[in-house]
Amino acid sequence: MNVRRRFFIWILVMAGAILVCSVAALCLGQFRISLSAVIQELFGPGPEGVKDNVHTVLFNIRIPRILMALAAGAGLASSGAAFQSLFANPLATPDTLGVANGASFGASLGILLGGGSVTVQLLALIFGACAVLLVFLVTRRMGQRQGSVLMIVLAGLVISSLFSALVSLVKYIADPQDVLPVITFWLLGRFSGITKASMLFGIPLILLGTLIVFFLRFRLNVLSLSEDEARSLGVNLKLIRILVIAAASMTTASVVSVCGVIGWVGLLIPHISRMLFGNDNRYVVPSSILSGALFMVIVDTLARCVTASEIPVSIVTAIIGAPVFILLLRKTGGIHL
Amino acid sequence: MSLEVNSGTFSYQKGHPVLMDVSFSAEPGEVVAILGPNGAGKTTLLKCMLGFLPWEKGYTSINGKKLKDWKRSDLWKHISYVPQAREPAFSYRTEDMVLLGRSPYLGNFASPGKKDLEIAMRAMELAGISHLKGKSCSQISGGELQLVLIARALASEPGLMVLDEPESGLDFRNQLVVLELLKRLSQEEGLTIIINTHYPDHALRIADHSFLLYGSNMHLFGKTEYILTSDHMQSAFKVDIAVQKEVIEGQEYPTVIPLRLLEK
Repeated sequence: MNVRRRFFIWILVMAGAILVCSVAALCLGQFRISLSAVIQELFGPGPEGVKDNVHTVLFNIRIPRILMALAAGAGLASSGAAFQSLFANPLATPDTLGVANGASFGASLGILLGGGSVTVQLLALIFGACAVLLVFLVTRRMGQRQGSVLMIVLAGLVISSLFSALVSLVKYIADPQDVLPVITFWLLGRFSGITKASMLFGIPLILLGTLIVFFLRFRLNVLSLSEDEARSLGVNLKLIRILVIAAASMTTASVVSVCGVIGWVGLLIPHISRMLFGNDNRYVVPSSILSGALFMVIVDTLARCVTASEIPVSIVTAIIGAPVFILLLRKTGGIHL
Repeated sequence: MSLEVNSGTFSYQKGHPVLMDVSFSAEPGEVVAILGPNGAGKTTLLKCMLGFLPWEKGYTSINGKKLKDWKRSDLWKHISYVPQAREPAFSYRTEDMVLLGRSPYLGNFASPGKKDLEIAMRAMELAGISHLKGKSCSQISGGELQLVLIARALASEPGLMVLDEPESGLDFRNQLVVLELLKRLSQEEGLTIIINTHYPDHALRIADHSFLLYGSNMHLFGKTEYILTSDHMQSAFKVDIAVQKEVIEGQEYPTVIPLRLLEK
């Protein structure tokens, strides 16, 4: 079967699976809701004026949470795919430029200062943006061949470790009785406590970033070629690089600001897509968006259903992700076409 | 398409020019070969010529219009560049690689359509690699990869093609395949072709004009047979050289035979 056919079938399967898993996620949890009740609440007229427990749990807790998980998964996976092409490096992740560490620092600072959720989110976004701007600033000062990809990666490495140190500093200062556990739990990622407000704060930026990467998917193929080669294909390299970095960083910073640090998705999901369809980003990006969303909903549902108290998301992504990845690697023999 | 380099000068370090006052031209439908010893600045010349590196003095003009006056997307619809074959970080299927040649015609947010696909397929046919469809660039030989890159260049329907050592590292047969393809493209499709090469034989075989770069800012440009004489090549390569002409089946084949090293 040719790749195109396989790809379209895969897209349909993923879309169906997302629908099924999202509905299942609405039903499951410490507070079980039957399928018929969910359908009744979503599509039925519903009892006028009366807001029962089911309604509250669905609309105030589960729906925001599930939508956020879908967006975060899609956003992180597509950002990962974009950075891998941009840096022509299969090990690149959405965090390569230090955005996640910058945002983490902003958020832990917010928690340390006792700010509310809005303050924490805003600080995370601001410091995430700071990290990227610093990377650009450092790149401009480094050598004549400014803007070369290696320079950007090196600058990213420096800025990333700087913010990582600052996060450690905040943790060191934080009160180990009550503040430190909050920061630690937050740094491992969580979808609990997501409200309508925080969802509305995060999702638009994540969607915008993801859409930009989606529409740039053919250009991403050119980016992973050598610099002169890419230029000889009539591409405005500087513009495309800035667009990709801005889009992926916006997505990542927004995810971190709402859900904390979620590892593995940005590396694992694009590579699964590569193993299935080859490296052409016309397949890798859409496939990553859908598989990332599906993976995240499944992970979140497990994180809140397996034990009475929630397990941090990054732990679940790694525990599920590693074996799945190894299995696929063995089955496909790595990236092939 | 025609290309002209007018007294171009370039240096990596101030005061130590790699290229000085370089001038040559390529007329429509011509093959021009650039030769010279290692380190003479052949690749630098290509880079400057195409605007990847900036000329310090002088300029490149294409169809009489200076390079910097061209719009980026317009320019790369008319000329295309074939780098030395090197496996990319992420290997694509051959047909997807060729399809990238359509990039100058597509907006940043666009994906190639049916027409682009057809043109890419035709380019693969022209380069004689239709049978490689569906294979990954990492699974084919160096010679085949070089042909894929040439097909990618052809997919942008250029009037001028610049190739960096297209036949280096290929076996006898593949060298001939590449050379004949280039000759055919210039004669039948009217393409102007400029190549860097290490093989004087190849230049003598297909190039109308040649540009010989010496070590220290000396260069010669003219009809290949007048430029690639044993005298000129001796002083360029510091090797005692004989140029022989074999007549086989009524056709003349010039051969370059290196005899011995000369003192520098």
